[in-house]
Amino acid sequence: MEPGSANRIEHAAGNGLLNRRAFVQKSIVWLSATAAGSSMAATTGDSAPDWMKTPGAPFRGYGQPSPYTESAQRKHLQPYGEMAPGSGASVTPLQDLHGVITPNGLHFERSHNGVPAIDPEEHELIVHGMVGQALKFSYNDLLRYPTVTRTCFIECSGNGLFNSNLVSQPMQLPVGHLHGVMSTAEWTGVPLSILLDEAGMVTNAKWLLAEGADAAGMSRSIPVSKAMDDTMIALFQNGEPIRPEQGYPMRLLLPGFEGNTHVKWLRRIKVTDAPTYTKDETSKYSDLLPDGTANLFSLKMGVKSAITRPALPYKMAGKGFYEVSGLAWSGHGSVTRVEVSADTGRSWSDAELSAPILPMSPVRFRVPWHWDGSPSVLMSRAHDDQGNIQMPRSEWSAKYAVGHLYHNNSIQAWGIATDGEISNVWS
Amino acid sequence: MLMIAISLYVTSVQAAEVSPGLGQSIDSEEVSSVDISIDPRGENLPAGSGTAVSGATVYADKCAACHGTDANGGDGLADSLVGGIGTLATEKPVKTVISYWPYATTLFDYTRRAMPLDAPMTLTDEEVYAVSAYLLFLGGVIEETHELNAQSLREVQMPNRDGFQSVWPDM
Repeated sequence: MEPGSANRIEHAAGNGLLNRRAFVQKSIVWLSATAAGSSMAATTGDSAPDWMKTPGAPFRGYGQPSPYTESAQRKHLQPYGEMAPGSGASVTPLQDLHGVITPNGLHFERSHNGVPAIDPEEHELIVHGMVGQALKFSYNDLLRYPTVTRTCFIECSGNGLFNSNLVSQPMQLPVGHLHGVMSTAEWTGVPLSILLDEAGMVTNAKWLLAEGADAAGMSRSIPVSKAMDDTMIALFQNGEPIRPEQGYPMRLLLPGFEGNTHVKWLRRIKVTDAPTYTKDETSKYSDLLPDGTANLFSLKMGVKSAITRPALPYKMAGKGFYEVSGLAWSGHGSVTRVEVSADTGRSWSDAELSAPILPMSPVRFRVPWHWDGSPSVLMSRAHDDQGNIQMPRSEWSAKYAVGHLYHNNSIQAWGIATDGEISNVWS
Repeated sequence: MLMIAISLYVTSVQAAEVSPGLGQSIDSEEVSSVDISIDPRGENLPAGSGTAVSGATVYADKCAACHGTDANGGDGLADSLVGGIGTLATEKPVKTVISYWPYATTLFDYTRRAMPLDAPMTLTDEEVYAVSAYLLFLGGVIEETHELNAQSLREVQMPNRDGFQSVWPDM
């Protein structure tokens, strides 16, 4: 196959979306050509790069990214400015990340009054309320408990606010701003059920109140059914102790639930028979409807996907082949299917999903695309194994009141202009 | 692949249900020292009381700098605390403590644990009762002389008390 011969490749959907094997076939040709070329290169140092002719740097205790990748940084959003610099969020730069896992230093942050500097020797976790015996656990105690490991996403309920009913037109922001209050890690910790069993939780307990040791005293109500199912007291994030901004020395992890319930800097669990109706679960993370009533406890994050490349803040590097790639996830279960459209949703092509596909864990999706340089609109649409399908933005928007910003899992579209400029569009 | 991954996870959870039993028993006094959460039944409310009259002073000293002298959000950064009653079903919903929050117990709980932002947990229980009374008075929910205490706070009927429905099935 000759480079650029897209017209001879099977098309999977309109406007240049290609059969998934198209990239593989093309790359084989490209790789063999490279191998042939390198065999003709000079073998002396004259044509070798400098880093092949001097010894490299020695070892270091904690690895750092290449200085050439310094652009991968979290961007801060501080809605209250200098009045409350620790209240707000920083976003994962999805535009610079590939695969599924978020590096620990780039995991999104959301805090309501800064990141506390907690000495684990002075930190205690108290379990009390509707239990046979109130207990406290030190950090070192918990390190001796049986642990489990799982990969899952945490997504702030406000992810997607820049395409929500809060704004009147699409915001031209990097994909990290649009979708990056969602990050993924492999978490290791103690199943909460072990501690609740040890304390002797009574049978008619229905909710927990979980509270953090930060200067907001963050607190949320959590169903006992979730606590006993798969909730973890997370101690490790991608293998190392969880970062301060992720709740060191310990946080709750509730796979698939909205981020705010994963209470960081966890210090107290009170077993109750009803929700506590805390400030954040009533006044903030509730969903106001057009009729003036509001939904409480929209705990499971909806099925969602986003194209992370091509995406803002970058632009197209000329027409030709691209891999359209992104992330898809669901708080209800496993992603089963992601469709991609290059013609504003008129036709769709199934994207390839990266293995393993795990419940409450994102998948990376990919589909090859030949962009012919014409104005195009790229969209992705995810499905999960509970029958949920990501809905158009207009449909999502109509469900909620003016100004509503939480739980926006609607389809997002990237417009591609002839000059290669990319824009966030509402279609 | 999917089924293998799921079964591995389930197995690992089941295998972990053995506890080393390291939790240390604590008595009710120690529990009380940290149990600051107040639910709508208000059983956990502390002793003390306050009215809007004394609360006005607390508000001016500790709150007005961010939330504005009229509690409408100051220069626009801090949340508006009062107003907005009757707007939730309109084209311009205004969500404030008064117009949106279902329970006055939440106002007490949150103010005591998290406000003022630069010095949380420094208000006395008397001050929290008083400043809660002041905001409820400003919002037209109670009279200026109405005393808030552990009993009367839980009896306050917020305007949007019935404006919510839970979408979590297991209530």
